[in-house]
Amino acid sequence: MSDDPSPRLSEPDRPWMIRTYAGHSTARASNELYRRNLEKGQTGLSVAFDLPTQTGYDPDDELARGEVGKVGVSISHRGDMATLMHGIPLAEMNTSMTINATAAWLLALYIVAAEDEGADQRELQGTTQNDILKEFLARGTYAFPPAPSMRLIADMIAYTVEHVPKWNPINICSYHLQEAGATPVQEIAYAMSDAIAVLDAVREKVPAERIEQVFGRISFFVNAGVRFIEEHAKLRAMSILWEELGRERYGVREPRHLRFRYGVQVNSLGLTEAQPENNVQRIVLEALAVTLGRDARARAIQLPAWNEALGLPRPWDQQWSLRIQQVLAYETDILEYPDIFEGSRVMDGLVAEMLEGARAEMAVVAEHGGAVEAVPYMKSALVESHRERIRRIESGRQVVVGQNRFTESEVSPLTADAEGGILVVDPAVEAEQIEAVRRWRSERDQAAVDAALASLTDVARDPRSSENLMVPTIAAARAGATTGEWARALRDVFGSYRAPTGVGEAAAAPADGELSELRMEVSRLQERLGRRPKILVGKPGLDGHSNGAEQIAVRARDSGMDVVYEGIRMTPEQIAASALQEGVHVIGLSILSGSHRELIPAVIDALRKEGVTAPVVVGGIIPEQDVALLQKAGVAAVYTPKDFDITRIMRDIVELVGAGAGRAAINGRGPSANGSA
Amino acid sequence: MSADGAALGARLRDRDLTAAPAALNLLESRTAADREQSAKLLAELSPAALGGEAPGHVIGVTGPPGAGKSTLLSALLRAWRAQQRSVAILAVDPSSRRSGGSLLGDRARIEFDPADRGILIRSTAAGERLGGLASATRAAAHALAAAFDVVVVETVGVGQGETEIADVADTIVVVVQPGSGDALQFLKSGITEIPDVLVVTKADLVAIATRTMREVSAAMRSLGSGATPVLAVSSLPPTSGMDELVQALDEHRAGLDVAARRLRARRAAALTDFVVEHGERGLRSLGGRRAAETLLGAQEPGLQTPALLAVLEQAMG
Repeated sequence: MSDDPSPRLSEPDRPWMIRTYAGHSTARASNELYRRNLEKGQTGLSVAFDLPTQTGYDPDDELARGEVGKVGVSISHRGDMATLMHGIPLAEMNTSMTINATAAWLLALYIVAAEDEGADQRELQGTTQNDILKEFLARGTYAFPPAPSMRLIADMIAYTVEHVPKWNPINICSYHLQEAGATPVQEIAYAMSDAIAVLDAVREKVPAERIEQVFGRISFFVNAGVRFIEEHAKLRAMSILWEELGRERYGVREPRHLRFRYGVQVNSLGLTEAQPENNVQRIVLEALAVTLGRDARARAIQLPAWNEALGLPRPWDQQWSLRIQQVLAYETDILEYPDIFEGSRVMDGLVAEMLEGARAEMAVVAEHGGAVEAVPYMKSALVESHRERIRRIESGRQVVVGQNRFTESEVSPLTADAEGGILVVDPAVEAEQIEAVRRWRSERDQAAVDAALASLTDVARDPRSSENLMVPTIAAARAGATTGEWARALRDVFGSYRAPTGVGEAAAAPADGELSELRMEVSRLQERLGRRPKILVGKPGLDGHSNGAEQIAVRARDSGMDVVYEGIRMTPEQIAASALQEGVHVIGLSILSGSHRELIPAVIDALRKEGVTAPVVVGGIIPEQDVALLQKAGVAAVYTPKDFDITRIMRDIVELVGAGAGRAAINGRGPSANGSA
Repeated sequence: MSADGAALGARLRDRDLTAAPAALNLLESRTAADREQSAKLLAELSPAALGGEAPGHVIGVTGPPGAGKSTLLSALLRAWRAQQRSVAILAVDPSSRRSGGSLLGDRARIEFDPADRGILIRSTAAGERLGGLASATRAAAHALAAAFDVVVVETVGVGQGETEIADVADTIVVVVQPGSGDALQFLKSGITEIPDVLVVTKADLVAIATRTMREVSAAMRSLGSGATPVLAVSSLPPTSGMDELVQALDEHRAGLDVAARRLRARRAAALTDFVVEHGERGLRSLGGRRAAETLLGAQEPGLQTPALLAVLEQAMG
């Protein structure tokens, strides 16, 4: 290329794979959405599953309450998958699935759906996310402990390399690390360390000569923030490190296997609830980070919608994001040139800086014994970075237009409709899906399902089994087992797990004026209460997005409170029992998945049943029109992404506890007590 | 408005476990009114009022961070609950020196059935005031021992001088993990308590656990405590050694003069609390530590710590 005197490519590049991360409610509704999106010029599918599907529960499970069909589509069995893909030729489609703990299961359902269509699994193309370490670190949809989770991943990779050769069995995700606050250097280092852990695990499962192909099938899923020059440098650094890793650690020779392949969803963390139209500019700039330089350009892109911080996007909102990609790919000249940063002193300098930082951080992870062992270390490092970021925004050192600067605004016509410019999933969907999965169970050949699950259990029980877990998994999918049954069979063998919360290790914040003042306030309150103000931070439901809860927990500690935080996935009854036993003065709940309408009243109900009268505050992605509903249920205050100043939230909470002081927070006399808040 | 201490005490005496959370709120509180009610609560549960020592087995579990205390407690909880014994765990977390606040993490680390009404877990911060919260924890352990079959006080037991677990526990369990030289050093230097039962966790790491067992046993012998049982357990499924541990704890309790140990503990606690409140100067006004101990020794054995503290304060004039 460099020999060519022309600054242009002789032939423009083909566009990247253009996708929209989509899915909600039922398989049928999502199928209609996919077919419309394909008609609009989308070139691949990206399936969003609901949280019960992602964490291995059927719609009728107690833990699924309020979550069915919310953040994605509910898929319980092969029938659902067939409906989801109806009329879409699977041998030709390229399907990406954001699925992790249950990735092996969803891939099995996809393979069976393809079989039904007459397509061979060898033809299937697509990606399963399947990156469990980042679920422990950031996203929270894990189901099994680390060791068996890594075994499932390794088995799946070993299986696909052999039988589904065009499939990307794993997408190492640095995406969610940035969402959890990672700096670019942390994003690179932790993603690479994660990849090493996976490759080392697979190395034990495949013949030595296979590792070259395995390496070539590993792809990445990255994030891009609005500092798009730096973000582009990050991707160049990643591709250099990846190639180096392939050559040096795994002896990969073939250049095509050494290529750093990545898909991308640009940053959601930086999208604001305040003046949400500004998010469109942010998304465009972030898309540039992953497309500008040819040497580190994304293979597949999906863009978030402008209104993600408000609630779930509607098809029209997603179309807007799809059109951004199409303008970039088909109107601009971005695909007509060789790498435009080649020889750039600035870019090379940035890349060198990041490489140095990332190598140092990778060495720290290696010292901890590798990525699996280093999960608690990485988690607390992320919580720290995120806290730093929030402090920068609170202090105005980091400008967020419309949020902490230039906040004057006209009334937005975009959010003027009755729903506030978002998608509201019909609450009837949950009941329908419960009914549907029960009908499915009653109509299938139960003996065949029992036998399939029994042989899955047998293979799972022996940690050194030579049989690949994918084989009995596909058999169970074929027999008609459900997502919940598959996961339960494995949970029974593998046991359950709670990921580290990362908050305990976070260092104390230096007290600036505001925080010191708050500490004085807390200390005065302590004198009045007789003991230190105590807060329970709870995350009810299946939502694993714990950044908000973690930051509230750390800041409450830094304000001088005693904090009980037990991590994600608590039932309303668990939260109520903790509040009672711990004698807390206030309860803070965080939900981002849209299930607050069901879960918050359920928690309050459970609290009052225990006789706990402490006030409840709620934070999360709560649409304006739901605030009144929550207040009616007994919530004292609601905080949404526009309330970015956590110290101010703390001050409110301290005031709230102070207002109730003098009255016992908990009377401890059980259900007979008068539970008025 | 203060809770009714006497009523809460009476409910605990009747082994009403649902009284425990409110009792703990009261015992932790430092307002004058609450302290008065706390004393009434404890008076209801004094050996005099109970007609003997509180029946619960108070077990102190201590060991350095990462030794596997929470996992061990999860397994112990299962074993005790299988025997229908009710269990309260008081988990004491270190607190931030800078802000005074604490992230109380043990509740998240201990695995238990949240619907089980026979289990209570309460997290507390060690607190920055020496003796301040430790005093509340002691009182809580005494009070809960009236209602629960087992009361565990869990501390991060290295160099945490303010939590003198011997002042509260019938049985002290020190937990160490294989390959950690620190625990040995702490034992030898006397920084940590002399255990009644010593547990080496992670017994699934066979070779290293066996070596640690040998070293720890040798250390115990050199301290003249060769009779202390040293047990290897694996608290993760498949667990091992748990039955033996439960048995060793029961045996220690059975061989113990509980009344004498608790009497000693209550008197020591009263003296600790006195020094926290009135300092060395207060102690001198009583004629020194020895004189104070003699004064305490002359008191009715059935008195609770607050009553003993009152005796000392009266003598101070």
